[in-house]
Amino acid sequence: MTLLLSLLQSVLSLLGIVILAAFLTWVERRLLGFWQDRLGPNRVGWEGTLQVVADMIKIFFKEDWTPPFAEKKLFILAPVIVMATILLGFAIIPFTPGIGIAADLNIGVLFFLGMTSLSVYGVVLAGWASNSKFALLGGMRAAAQMISYEVFMGLALIGVVMLTGSFNMVDIVKAQAGLWFVVPQFFGFVLFLIAGIAEAHRLPFDLPEGENELGAGFHTEYSSMKFGMFFVGEYAGIVLISAMTVVLYFGGWKGPLLWPGLWFALKVSIFIAFFILLRAALPRPRYDQLMSYGWKLMLPLAIINLAITGAVMLAA
Amino acid sequence: MYIYSALRTAWLTFLHLFHGTETLQYPEQKPKLSPRYRGRIVLTRDPDGQERCVSCYLCAAVCPCDCIDLQKTSEPNKWVPEYFRINFSRCIFCGFCEEACPTSAIQLIPDFEMSEYSRQNLVYEKENLLIAGTGKVPDYNFYRVAGIGVFGKGMAANEAPPVDPRGLLP
Repeated sequence: MTLLLSLLQSVLSLLGIVILAAFLTWVERRLLGFWQDRLGPNRVGWEGTLQVVADMIKIFFKEDWTPPFAEKKLFILAPVIVMATILLGFAIIPFTPGIGIAADLNIGVLFFLGMTSLSVYGVVLAGWASNSKFALLGGMRAAAQMISYEVFMGLALIGVVMLTGSFNMVDIVKAQAGLWFVVPQFFGFVLFLIAGIAEAHRLPFDLPEGENELGAGFHTEYSSMKFGMFFVGEYAGIVLISAMTVVLYFGGWKGPLLWPGLWFALKVSIFIAFFILLRAALPRPRYDQLMSYGWKLMLPLAIINLAITGAVMLAA
Repeated sequence: MYIYSALRTAWLTFLHLFHGTETLQYPEQKPKLSPRYRGRIVLTRDPDGQERCVSCYLCAAVCPCDCIDLQKTSEPNKWVPEYFRINFSRCIFCGFCEEACPTSAIQLIPDFEMSEYSRQNLVYEKENLLIAGTGKVPDYNFYRVAGIGVFGKGMAANEAPPVDPRGLLP
């Protein structure tokens, strides 16, 4: 019975996340529109809410074309990896005290890092299996970027883990009852957010796609729903990073009066909007700048943050 | 420094949320087009209600995309086009034909809503192009000031009487 219940909960959560990720395409286009003094899609359904449905119908009827020069098995496997790893990452997010697929996992943070690392494979394999120069360049950039930003993402997280003394996500939220970790771990939060943007390869760190120099980067050769899976995977990645930020630094479901789930959703949507705002506002750095920010600025800062956190904890 | 400018950019972009939009919701709200907007091409008539076109072929000659096709035919004392055909699937609305026209017959008007489901329907014949009025030039009448319809010196409108050579003698 409990098994059935938890299965149902997982299926519903995943379905909700996928639908939310698809819905975000409309949210992003609307918000970008407003921030550029336009309206964005507002015709299909009330204020354009059914735009997602129209886009889905369209993308399902597109020809699902596998290029003859592609490495067929890996070509098909790549979008599956991206989608699956990001959806698996949601397993350790505690949405509310009760709801969460495997929120009580005692290595929650490690599991999250592992899943985001694995999702690099999807992007790299997509670039390699496409057997085309733009896709390969995109995949190569994705590999270098995601691996180097993963390093200090992990180091930034360790500050929170040190303060809590646990990798368990529920414990981390409970440890923020008095004070959200964004206050003592402010630099950790900033570093994690930047790394998260790079991890979800969103603007200004969307060099793997880099549409003005690489076509569409690693998914240049993809069409129809295979492309759709990269697309939905990217938006699910935004939700995942936003949810992780909220859980680690902004007290997760904690908040007065309202239902905890509502607080969680509210905080996550603020971060999703921030991601979209960054896309509207910032240009993309050059590739060498991106790498040198990562290794020469962010990594030392993360280590300093870690050292100071440790010193303060020892002194206290 | 980079962080500051990035945050400032993000904040200024965010403020655009309250700036209102520039978008015109087209099929419901029509754009305001100036009278000299270069849209659909029409053939106008003179104030007497006669066709202004004198089949001089200047419009067809100047057209950069060869979309104008016409055939001259004669009526007593004047030339008229036997047929006049504009292929709007080729027309680029440059307005050269309007500039070339010596009689202000061919004019571009502020109307651009001429989409069709079939390309054939974009070929406009003379009866589709002709309008009842005079268009942008209300009182110009070619055959009152020039052309073979005017007989004798000093009979055209606004024409000075012929100079009497004897009156010039000292």
